[in-house]
Amino acid sequence: MSAKIRVYNPMGYPPKVTPVRMAPRLDTLEGKTVYLVDCRFDDGDLLMQQMAAWFAQHMPSVRTVLRSKAGTHPEDDPALWQEIQAKGDAAVVAVGH
Amino acid sequence: MHCVTLESKYGIPTASVHTDSFVDAVTQTVWALGMPNVRFVYVPQPTMGKSPVELRAYVDGLDPVTGIPVMREVIDALTRPLSEDDQKQVSFDRSTPRFVEPDTEANLQQLFMDNHWTDYLPIVLPTEERVEAMLRATSHRPAEIVGRLRPTSTREAWEFTVEKVAVNAVMAGAKPEFFPVILALASTGASARGSTTSSAAAMVVVNGPVRREIQMNCGTGAMGPYNHANATIGRAYGLFSQNLQGGSVPGHTYLGSQGNNYAYTNICFAENEERSPWEPFHVQKGFQADESVVSAFTGCRSTAFTLGVREKYWREHLRNLLRGLDPHNAPTFILDPITANLFVVRGGFDSKEKLIDWVYENATMPAGEYWDYQLIVNYVLPKALQGVEPYATHLKARPDALIKMYRRDEIQVVVVGGETNGYWRIMGCGYRKSASVDKWK
Repeated sequence: MSAKIRVYNPMGYPPKVTPVRMAPRLDTLEGKTVYLVDCRFDDGDLLMQQMAAWFAQHMPSVRTVLRSKAGTHPEDDPALWQEIQAKGDAAVVAVGH
Repeated sequence: MHCVTLESKYGIPTASVHTDSFVDAVTQTVWALGMPNVRFVYVPQPTMGKSPVELRAYVDGLDPVTGIPVMREVIDALTRPLSEDDQKQVSFDRSTPRFVEPDTEANLQQLFMDNHWTDYLPIVLPTEERVEAMLRATSHRPAEIVGRLRPTSTREAWEFTVEKVAVNAVMAGAKPEFFPVILALASTGASARGSTTSSAAAMVVVNGPVRREIQMNCGTGAMGPYNHANATIGRAYGLFSQNLQGGSVPGHTYLGSQGNNYAYTNICFAENEERSPWEPFHVQKGFQADESVVSAFTGCRSTAFTLGVREKYWREHLRNLLRGLDPHNAPTFILDPITANLFVVRGGFDSKEKLIDWVYENATMPAGEYWDYQLIVNYVLPKALQGVEPYATHLKARPDALIKMYRRDEIQVVVVGGETNGYWRIMGCGYRKSASVDKWK
């Protein structure tokens, strides 16, 4: 039988996980403004156009605002987030990773 | 993840839509960001290239992960009240044990593979004796923090020490005398295991006296596989990247659709400074000629190659090679000394800068074609729309107008090879950073 040996663990050190809060939900989407945000990854804008069409057909009281975020898909876009906070009620972001 | 930002910083209820290829990746990402209950909705992969009718079918159809209608999930994500679990605030430290539970060599080899700690070639087990020998090759303390790494900018960065780099260097089969090069490479913070769907590998160029001290190959066969230092420094780069950044696991932290064989040893070689007609690469980057330096390149996917620099049509041949590469991937010229000298004779390029100038001026493409490349749409168009130059100006060009494919500062030239012939290549990859090896001795 082979002898047991002790070896090092090769993994690095992960940062601490700090919880962040989810936003309160809406009672309903009726009459609300929903931003449909394209993250600029692989034709996400075209998918969002179809989602806007779905809302127009099935929930016409929902006002949708189609926007492509600034910068490449991983980049933050505080100006758009502030706009959504000021003028919108909810957001759908797509697509990315 | 923009959904986490919108929810936590702006108080916006958000539905986060992804394709079903990214289930594990996005789940893991939001967990690490502290919001594990993000409300995801999935559509089939891919969205790219689909017609409006097909995309409408995605919207009208079922989430391929849950089997629930996509739009019902979207509405639910935005309106279903938060549960107790959604509102739970639990913070916790994650630790990495210094050692693995003792076991037999065979079992440990299997354990390292099962834990995705290897590249699935056999590794040298990092015993205390081997790691200590590695650590004796640097004056730096084992507990010193070297840096942080992550697979992509949206992921959390993991921290690592000199000892952790040594463990991975042992696993790669490196000799202790290679360790300062590996430490310097780790200090660049450029991961060789990006999570990108594009399956990018890395490239490593070593300059200065250390090339000779550790007997790196810059001549015949330098780019592989016939040299211990070249092979194991490059392999260590891959192993330490995947382990020190918290993993490179397909579907989770690695999403390269096709994978990339370059990633095994990451195209590691020394520049043939002695036979090059030009200034060494590290001197171009501001280091002294007698300094030892390692340079990291990432995004290695495409390679174009040809033989010689023909008197009559070399310009056309070179343009053709460049047109074969995706314009999002800037060219790094890898020239055998024979070729470098031919460029001096044929093109009058008595410096690397003059060759770079020629490429910059002559690598052109009709604007319409350029702006239709998917990677340009994904990564350059957003910059153009933000007014970033030269892209903003290029975006105004007529579709048939020729525009430059690259910025001058992203074109690189390195000389390597044993002059058995005048073959040369253009790697589509990007220069990231150079680091002093001497600092890590």
